[in-house]
Parts: sequence; C-alpha cells; structure tokens
Amino acid sequence: MIAELGHFTLILALFMAVVQSSLPLIGAQRRHAAWMALAQPTAVLQFLLVAIAFLCLTHAFVTSDFSVVNVVKNSHTAKPLIYKISGVWGNHEGSLLLWVLILSIFGAAVAVFGGNLPPSLKARVLSVQAMIAVGFYLFMLLTSNPFERIHPPPFNGQGLNPLLQDPGLAFHPPMLYLGYVGFSMAFSFAIAALIEGRVDAAWARWVRPWTLAAWCFLTAGIALGSWWAYYELGWGGWWFWDPVENASFMPWLAGTALLHSATVVEKRDTLKGWTVLLAIITFSLSLLGTFLVRSGVLTSVHAFATDPARGVFILILLIIVIGGSLALFAWRGPQLTSTGLFQPISREGALLFNNLVMTTAAAAVLLGTLYPLLLDAVGGGKVSVGPPFFNAVFIPIMVPMIVAMAIGPFLNWKRGDLMPALSRLRVAFAVTVAAGLAAWSIYGDGPFLGVAALALAVWLGTGTLTELAGRVKLFRAPLDESLRRFRRMPRSAWGMTLGHLGLAIAIAGMAGAGAWTVESIQVMKPGDKVTVGGYVYAFEGAKNGKGPNYSLVHGTFQVSRNGEHVATLRPEKRVYDVSQQPTTEAAIHTTWRGDLYAVIGDPEGTDGAYVTRIYFNPLVVWMWVGTLVMVFGGALSLTDRRHRVGAPQRRTGAAAVAAGT
Amino acid sequence: MNKRLLFVLPLAVFLVLAVYFAIGLTKDPRKLPNMLAGKPVPAFALQPIKGRDDKGFASTDLPGRVSLVNIFGSWCVACQIEHPFLMQLAASGAVPIHGIDWREVDPDAGPDWLKKKGDPYELVGDDPRSKAAIAFGVTGAPETFVVDRQGVVRYKHVGPLNEEIWRDIVKPIIDKLRAEGAS
Repeated sequence: MIAELGHFTLILALFMAVVQSSLPLIGAQRRHAAWMALAQPTAVLQFLLVAIAFLCLTHAFVTSDFSVVNVVKNSHTAKPLIYKISGVWGNHEGSLLLWVLILSIFGAAVAVFGGNLPPSLKARVLSVQAMIAVGFYLFMLLTSNPFERIHPPPFNGQGLNPLLQDPGLAFHPPMLYLGYVGFSMAFSFAIAALIEGRVDAAWARWVRPWTLAAWCFLTAGIALGSWWAYYELGWGGWWFWDPVENASFMPWLAGTALLHSATVVEKRDTLKGWTVLLAIITFSLSLLGTFLVRSGVLTSVHAFATDPARGVFILILLIIVIGGSLALFAWRGPQLTSTGLFQPISREGALLFNNLVMTTAAAAVLLGTLYPLLLDAVGGGKVSVGPPFFNAVFIPIMVPMIVAMAIGPFLNWKRGDLMPALSRLRVAFAVTVAAGLAAWSIYGDGPFLGVAALALAVWLGTGTLTELAGRVKLFRAPLDESLRRFRRMPRSAWGMTLGHLGLAIAIAGMAGAGAWTVESIQVMKPGDKVTVGGYVYAFEGAKNGKGPNYSLVHGTFQVSRNGEHVATLRPEKRVYDVSQQPTTEAAIHTTWRGDLYAVIGDPEGTDGAYVTRIYFNPLVVWMWVGTLVMVFGGALSLTDRRHRVGAPQRRTGAAAVAAGT
Repeated sequence: MNKRLLFVLPLAVFLVLAVYFAIGLTKDPRKLPNMLAGKPVPAFALQPIKGRDDKGFASTDLPGRVSLVNIFGSWCVACQIEHPFLMQLAASGAVPIHGIDWREVDPDAGPDWLKKKGDPYELVGDDPRSKAAIAFGVTGAPETFVVDRQGVVRYKHVGPLNEEIWRDIVKPIIDKLRAEGAS
C-alpha cells in the first residue's frame, strides 16, 4: 500500500512538473503575471510530492518490505539500520529518486527564497528546472520504477553490495548529487537568461551562490569517494582515473571555472556568453556523470546497472537537454553583449586563464574517459585508458595554472601590472626555492615530479598567504590595525584565500602520496617482522570472528619505530553472509608525516601465515585536510553579505569604485 | 572566423559526441574480443594433474574433433557453479570437454576437487604457472573455448557455462562446425 502511495505521488509530481515547466514560461513570454506566479506553488507542491515518494521508499527499506523488487535486490533483514537507509540510494532506481528529490528541494528553495528575483526571470528559471524534472520522472516511471512489486515476495533480500556497506559511501552519493543537482540551478539561470536575452551583474550574483554551494558539495562528495576508495578497496590508492571518478571530476573542473567566470560577469560585465556556456557545460557534464556510467555506454568496476533500454532513454534525454540548450545558445548567445573592456594582464585576465586551463583539463579528462567508446564505435577494438594517459596529460595542463594562481589575486581589475605583483611575491618565491631544494636534498632519489609538485604547493601556499598578509597590511601597519582588517575581511575574500590555501595543502598531499608511497607485499607467519618506510611491523597472527552480517578474519600488527611502539593495526578481511563477497578493511594509522596502512589477504599454507600488504603513504592526510579547507572556504564565502543582500543593490565604498560598473 | 560560428561550435561538438554514444549503445560493453578467434590454438603441452596418470593435455591433442577447452581452478567460485552443468554435458556425450587446471597453489587441490565432485574432462592439463592460460588470453576463470576439427579456436565464452548459454550459443556453433566439416 505504501509503495503504491509512493508510486502514485511520483506520478502526481510528474504532472506538477509538467504544469510548472509550461504555464509560467508561457506567462513570462506574454507578461501574464498570474501564470508566472504559478511557478511558486507548483515548485513547492512538486517538492512535497517527491518527498512523500522518497519517504515511502525509505519506509519500504527500513521495514524490509520484500514485496518491492528494489528492496529485494538491495536489502536484507540482517543489515544494520543505517545501511538499510543508505540502501535507498545505493541502487539505480533509488539514486534517481534521490536526484529528483534534491532537484525539487533546490526548486522549492528558489520559489520560497527568491523573492527579490525579477518575476519573469524567476518564472523562467523554475520552468527550466521543472523541464529537467519531467525528463527524470519519465525516465523513472517508464524504465526504472523504484516501487515495482514482486509476487510472491521472497523470504529475504539479496543484500546491498558489501563494498557499499560503509559509512563513507553511505553519504558519498547524496553529497555528489547535491553537487550535480546544484549545478542545475546555474543551468536553469543560464537558459532563462538566454530566453530573456539578458545577462547582467544581478544575474551573476544570483548564479554564484548556487554554483558555490554545488561546488562545495561536489568537492566534499569527491573527497568522500576518494577517501572510501583509499581505505575500503585496500589498494593503498586514492584516485584511479576510473570512469566513475572522472564523471564526478569533470563537472568539478567545469564548475570551478564557472565559479571564477561568474565573478568576472558580476564585477566587469564581460565574459557573458562564455559564462552561460560554462553553466550549460557544467550541468551537461553533471548529467553525463549521473548517466553515462549507468547506461551501458561505459562500464566501470562499480557501475550499478547496464540496461540497453535505459541507455536509449538516457541518450534521448541527453540529446534533448544538452543539444537543446546548446542550440538555444547558438541562437541567442550572440545577443549577449558585454560592455567591459578586456586587458590580458588584469584580474579578469587571470580568471580567464583559469577558465581556459580548467576547461582544457575537463576536455582532456572527457577525451580520456570517452576514448575507449569512440574507438570502439569506429571498430577500433576495445581499449582502456588508464592513469598513465591522465597523468601525462592532466599534470602538465595544471602546472601553469597553479603557478598563475598565486599571482592572479595580486592583479587589479581592469588593468593590472605584472611587475609589482611579481615583486610582492619575492618572499614567496624565495621560500619556494628553499623548500624545493630542501625537498630535493631529502628526497633527491625520488621522482623529480614529486619534488616539483611539493615546490608548487609551497609556491601556491606562500603566495596565498602573502596576499592575505598584504590585504591586512601585516608588518606595514600597526598590529592592531592588521588584526582589525583581519577580522573585517569580507567572507568572500576568505573564501578565495581558504580555497587556494586548501588546494595548496591538498597538492602537497597528492605529491607525497603519489611520489613516495612505499609498498610491500609478503607472506608473514605469526612473529614475522617487516620494515616499511622506516616502521617495523610485527605480525601477531590472525583470528576469526563474526560481525552483524559477515564473518571476518582480523590480523594484528604491532608497529614500532626506532624501538618505540607507535600503533596497533588490526586490518580485517570480511566475507558477507548473503553475497559471499569478500571485502578488505584496511587498518590505517594516520600521522601528519604519512599513513601506516596494512591489509590482510588470504591465508597461505597451514601454519597461520597470511599474505599481507603494507604501505607507507606519505602526507595522505594533507589531501583530506586540504579538501576540507577548500570546502570550508566555499561555505564561508557563501555566508558573505554580498550573497544575502538583494540582487540589484550595489556594494558601497571603495570596493565598488575599484570594481567599476 | 565568423563570431556566430563560434556559438554554434559547442552544439556541433556535442552532436558528434551524441552520434558516437548512439553507436556505443549498440555494443555490449561486457563482451570482450576474442583475439584467438579464427586462429589455431596456441601451442602448449601440459603435465597431467596428480591422480590422472594419463599423458596430460597438449595442443596437438585437439585437431580431428570439435571440442571444448575449459579453463578452471578449484579456487574459483564461479567454476563450482559451472561444474554440475559440465558433468551433465559430459554425461550426454554431446561434445568432448578438455580441462586446463589453472593456477593451483596446492597440486592436490585440483585433483581432490575433481575426485569429490566428479570429473567431466577427457584430458586435463595442469597449468600452475599460467603458461597455457596466457597463451589463450584468459581473463578469468571459468572460460571455455570452442575448437574446431582443424584445431582452430572458433568461439570463446567468458564466465560459467549453463544450460541456456549452451542451448542458445554454444551448441549451434558446434552443430555448424560439424556440418562444415562434413560437407
């Protein structure tokens, strides 16, 4: 009964979305206020209906209603409650329902809080949002109904893929989707602007917070996924350039570009067509990220479902949404006129450089991800594109950008001067050279790339701190004056500083983990010792045990360094009762120097010996800390007054004068 | 360049991609190419497994009859699922099945397994160092190759064989190969 209620509300939500996508749009074209106003109640109602549907599915999972196919396939009574709930979105159908739920939340948020938007823009934005929703509802109802029943119901379910029964992954998809779907707002604003034929500073000020929020969620989502891969897959790696990872990384790159170009539109009234195009591209890549890996066009180790009927539907949907919006862009885009002049050496010039690099990087990742597909389509056979390609292409693209990232914030809007900016970076440059040489002397035998990446991280970090110091007039004004400036710094400025600083920290982590990881695989008997990365691991043997829905073997290592005990590591190997699928639970001891990482494998022989894999992953924790700093910076910037105050108001004071009009 | 063209460019790029997606959808991503199809079986000569004191299994044993070569291992879970069907197939006498016992760490494990569960194979070779498996381009166990009278590999099935796959895919191929040879 409750499943039918969910199914029914989903159908109602579809009708609500159809109304929301048509009448307000027509109303906006004909300047019919009552029709435009329809956008708000329909958006809110649509949200309520999807929310009911989502609750119904959650209810089916929590109560283990095995008359629902989706629950049978993805749940089991012996599963802990949290994974019953995360099972709702741990599958194809349920994840789509989560997707539309988030989409409707964003839509309802615009309807409720968008009071200061011009009515026609608001009506059009909500209509475009609803169009996307219509596509998703149809996809679900026609090909992927989460509420399908089964008769007779089986006694128990097949269980959730054990790899997904993990706290890190329970929250990874919702984060990622908040990011993907958040970019739908930028998309809807872009399409609405194309229909209106107008992009101005007020528009950019509306787009930016949505993009920023989506970017924060996506960054956190990617980091969660990477963290999960790091501790759960037990390979000691954190990024594999897997199609699924790339699918989330491409919108991140494009979204980061959008974040920066929207600032240019806001401050300088230029780059309009480009920003609109970026908004379309970012959301298109998000759609691709949601769909591509599911449709059977691309397969990956952790694709959920491959079904040709769904694939055809997805392709049609992508062609309508992406093709349609790009056609609209081709038609209306040339009418978006810019007033600002453009100097290459200026803040906006630096931001444009960022945009070029980010989109090139996104294009390179797209090419690498799709290349196997393209080659296969022309009969070139099956290939897979692996990390060597991505590392060889991606890293050289990013290097000049990191170099420029430290310089950009020193340039003025309109017309910057390179020499004064560079001279202010003297200290940062000296620190970088010193740090590079120090790294070279310590790790001289390691790969050159690692040393170079560490130096880059130091350059970006010190450059960003120099900019912060200049902003608060550190050492040039009395200390209390600096402190006052420090406290009064706009939160959006903090966002930039923390965002860049976080990236610097993360790059240091990537450099360390990428270049100096030590790996050791061996068979160990109880009592055996092995030294990895300067740490001595003594194996004490392994015991069998039992978890809530799995049986396990856990080994014990006593780790010491220079004779001093450092940590006790207990890696596990689990075999889940229902699927008999084994998973590894790496034991990790984190220090700021690096992670001690141990995995236990299969037994070897009969004398209690096991295959063990032990890694020393230098600086890994810096990656997660850096990402957290970036997300925190984004969130802080989101709370800036500028985003809360109404659209047409201008900032007062010197900043506005400097920004020009 | 005409400025208008610049605005059309993204659409053009996307449409080209969409065509590729459409072609990509028609291909089954799970189907791996069989590099050996139409080529003679690679040369190999494997020792017998323990407990079977026959001559082992070599590529020279294959020509003359249409046969199946099945890659298995006692460690492989999917092989255990496949095994009852192989027993049934061998009992029906539809086609001779040869086995390659792949990557056994313990030389007794394979023979023990066959002793316990039954032995569907006419010839079995022991391949602990993956010599034959690599030559065959095996990506995982179980895999089954259809070899024709000339000792040429004609088809490869990845994953466990079952009634359905046998009836719909493998048997028709074997029937065709036998008809070819007869004419």
